Amino acid sequence: MASPTIPLTPVKLTAKDFKSDQEVRWCPGCGDYAILAAVQQFMPELGIARENTVFVSGIGCSSRFPYYMNTYGMHSIHGRAPAIATGLSASRPDLSVWVVTGDGDALSIGGNHLIHALRRNVNLKILLFNNRIYGLTKGQYSPTSELGKITKSTPAGSADSPFNPLSLALGAEATFVARTIDSDRKHLQSVLRAAAQHEGSAFVEIYQNCNIFNDGAFEVLKDPNTRDDHLIRLEQGEPITFGAEQQYSVVHPAGAFGLSVRPSAELSGETPVVHDATVDDPAYAFALSRLSGSDLGTTPIGVFRNVQRPSYDELIRKQLEDAKAQVTGTPEQMLGELLNAGDTWTIL
Amino acid sequence: MGAPAKRVEQLDRVVIRFAGDSGDGMQLTGDRFTSETAQLGNDISTLPNFPAEIRAPAGTLPGVSSFQVHFADYDILTPGDAPNVLVAMNPAALKANLGDLPPGADIIVNTDEFTKRNLAKVGYAVSPLEDGSLEGYALHPVALTSMTIGALAELGVAKKDAERAKNMFALGLLSWMYSRPFESTIRFLERKFAKRPDLVAANKAAFRAGWNFGETTEDFSVRYEVKPAKMLPGTYRNITGNAALALGLVAAGVRAKLPVFLGAYPITPASDILHELSKHKRFGITTMQAEDEIAAVGAALGASYGGALGVTTTSGPGVALKGETISLAIALELPLVIVDVQRAGPSTGMPTKTEQADLNMALYGRHGEAPLAVIAPKSPSDCFHAAIEAARIALKYRTPVILLSDNYVANGSEPWLLPEVNDLPDISVAYTTEPNGEDGRFLPYLRDPETMARPWAIPGTPGLEHRIGGLEKADKTGDISYDPANHEFMVRTRAERIESIPVPDVAVEDPDENARVLVLGWGSTYGPIGAACRALRQRGLPIAQAHLRHLAPLPANLGEVLKAYDRVIIPEMNLGQLAHVIRARYLIDAVPFNQVSGLPFTAATLENMLEDVVKNG
Repeated sequence: MASPTIPLTPVKLTAKDFKSDQEVRWCPGCGDYAILAAVQQFMPELGIARENTVFVSGIGCSSRFPYYMNTYGMHSIHGRAPAIATGLSASRPDLSVWVVTGDGDALSIGGNHLIHALRRNVNLKILLFNNRIYGLTKGQYSPTSELGKITKSTPAGSADSPFNPLSLALGAEATFVARTIDSDRKHLQSVLRAAAQHEGSAFVEIYQNCNIFNDGAFEVLKDPNTRDDHLIRLEQGEPITFGAEQQYSVVHPAGAFGLSVRPSAELSGETPVVHDATVDDPAYAFALSRLSGSDLGTTPIGVFRNVQRPSYDELIRKQLEDAKAQVTGTPEQMLGELLNAGDTWTIL
Repeated sequence: MGAPAKRVEQLDRVVIRFAGDSGDGMQLTGDRFTSETAQLGNDISTLPNFPAEIRAPAGTLPGVSSFQVHFADYDILTPGDAPNVLVAMNPAALKANLGDLPPGADIIVNTDEFTKRNLAKVGYAVSPLEDGSLEGYALHPVALTSMTIGALAELGVAKKDAERAKNMFALGLLSWMYSRPFESTIRFLERKFAKRPDLVAANKAAFRAGWNFGETTEDFSVRYEVKPAKMLPGTYRNITGNAALALGLVAAGVRAKLPVFLGAYPITPASDILHELSKHKRFGITTMQAEDEIAAVGAALGASYGGALGVTTTSGPGVALKGETISLAIALELPLVIVDVQRAGPSTGMPTKTEQADLNMALYGRHGEAPLAVIAPKSPSDCFHAAIEAARIALKYRTPVILLSDNYVANGSEPWLLPEVNDLPDISVAYTTEPNGEDGRFLPYLRDPETMARPWAIPGTPGLEHRIGGLEKADKTGDISYDPANHEFMVRTRAERIESIPVPDVAVEDPDENARVLVLGWGSTYGPIGAACRALRQRGLPIAQAHLRHLAPLPANLGEVLKAYDRVIIPEMNLGQLAHVIRARYLIDAVPFNQVSGLPFTAATLENMLEDVVKNG
């Protein structure tokens, strides 16, 4: 498994073992149900004991998630889950720590903690449920809502340009960045698998439908009649093409900074880019992330970036281990020496 | 050396203030003089005073940095009200400090810096050295810079380095004047400049030149001695409050047998605690410089959840930012130590000046009914024990504890009688490892009947998997609950569990046993209040002093103590925050006495005020 410091259990667990006794209270039809079921079904695969698994969340609909997982869990405060999880993960290498967050929680009130967790490469698996709306507070626009979004708080349309969560994560040089969709369990689980195997921060954006306040936000990517023309499935080592007949290709035009979509039939001297998530320079994954605008016209899903860099946890642990070389006796003896260090004098 | 023999006078106490430009090395000079003085066995108290700007424009009043040291042959409680000696390295330092000097005080000035340009910078039309305005003082004009450069001429050091050694010249001169042992300073210089032998030589030579100058010049006809103070036997070191607090946190980890996790964001005047703790990883201490104050406390809380002793250190503005996370810690009922080294507010205020105005925030500054424990150290060395006490309460009662230090104790120093490690309290607690309910169920909010603490069941413990969070929890099970009766019960229980933490009774110091006036203080005002009370008693005026370390919960005997006196006076460096608590809680007519100048009370200020109360009621 990914982190050698997390012990594995010989006990065979099932999805049922990961279901808590709490009644799940999302709105009927919420995309969160599908994600919860997918996660519960996936967790046994990791072979990590329930007691060594912790889900930490912030505030929002998605952040109720830990209550429904029969693991350790903390439902914390708005936006702060990455900070709290950082303290937990850095001090407990034996734990598999997951952060569940939403677009408001992670990108608005908690934006700072998210980018710093990613740049530090804390060993956290961060699942961002993006429904492009504030659900728990009943329907205000979020930092991923499209410009001009009409909501309760923006009757004349929002004047804020949205974040592209993946571009943001890549700007922070996240070492693992992926996107998936709530309704595609197989794809969702494949992304979770790759994230879990990654040592360091894994950032996973999950498009999630809020059927009450923003229903159908990702329908263009889900409807069998449209999805093939809009959804780009990234596969490691495969040329990036899409469309029912693979009639579209992603290319890197000569002289351009980024990537473009071209009809495959019209390629002249260009070849589709072959996907490689392990490219060290984040510019490639960033260019991929720019293919999807807020209209979702051409939206890649899958693993954008997957590179190795020492995790914060590992670096902290190494410093503690190195410091052990300075250990001169019992903690009490060392404390005695420390107190008596420096210029002392004795009065008889 | 053939110098004329100098007269030696005995003094019982001296206050010296070293003042100069912030780049003149006055803090270092004061620190070294203090260390020499400590070696001699005098009792000591020090107070640095520096601007927030790292390098304000040279030679200006805002750029003046000073260090005051008070030493005596008896035990003293404060850094002294008025300096007997002022070392002024430039006109700005003279001008900024002259007002604090009593008539007849010695003033040593660096005449090299009294140029037309420097005088003009601080608004002197004529040099005060020449216009007779300093006639009431014993003025010693010394060409410190040029003599230092002269003394180093043969060493071949760069002129800039030679000039910078002038503080060592000043230190040498003062060390001669007050018969200080200089070996520790020589050793210090050898350590500090270990990689620059040329600077070791230069600074040593400057120090020696200053010493020799005192011995030979006729301007200094008297040399002084201050005999060692009678202090309790034992080993001492001089320590600042921030250093003591950091060592207290190390000790807390050792005596709790827990790893300490410090989450901190740099902020004056608390950053030194982060610096100090980051050096002690061999104790299993993790220090994290977080992206902001909120992340700092969040990471500490996350570490506490994982079984560490989570600590965050900050000043007032940082506590304001941490408020929501502290409330979460109250709801989660997890151990957490929050250190607030108070400074003058509101907002950025005066970051290098002291104040006690965060008491209300510590007690009440959160949303909802959010009680926690609050304690305050009374002196620099007491920060060590206060840190252990804060950790003890946090761990045993599973609660956040706010430790209210302030800039005065944090940067002030005093001799510290080093404790024996084995005498420090054992503050270890056990994690919960077994189910506590029927049928092997785990009830995360089932309380210990004695401490009212809930189980500390950390992730990794099989069979105790549970979820906690900020939503109101059902009693015992910890499940989410919106039940009205349950919320009422939980709010009252959280209040009761803090209120019922046993804390030691407050002691009253009333040696005459007939005082009718009680002066009540908390935190760093202990020194000036104590010094004022002693002075009054020496003059035959009885007065009682009580000092609070525990501000929440308050000692059980406090009401009784207060009601035994005709008058209760509460001096604070705020506008009456403790007085407000006392009046509301005990319905007594406690009288506030307040100062919010950014400076600590002087003993004289309090003595005058208290004299009036004792005499006139």
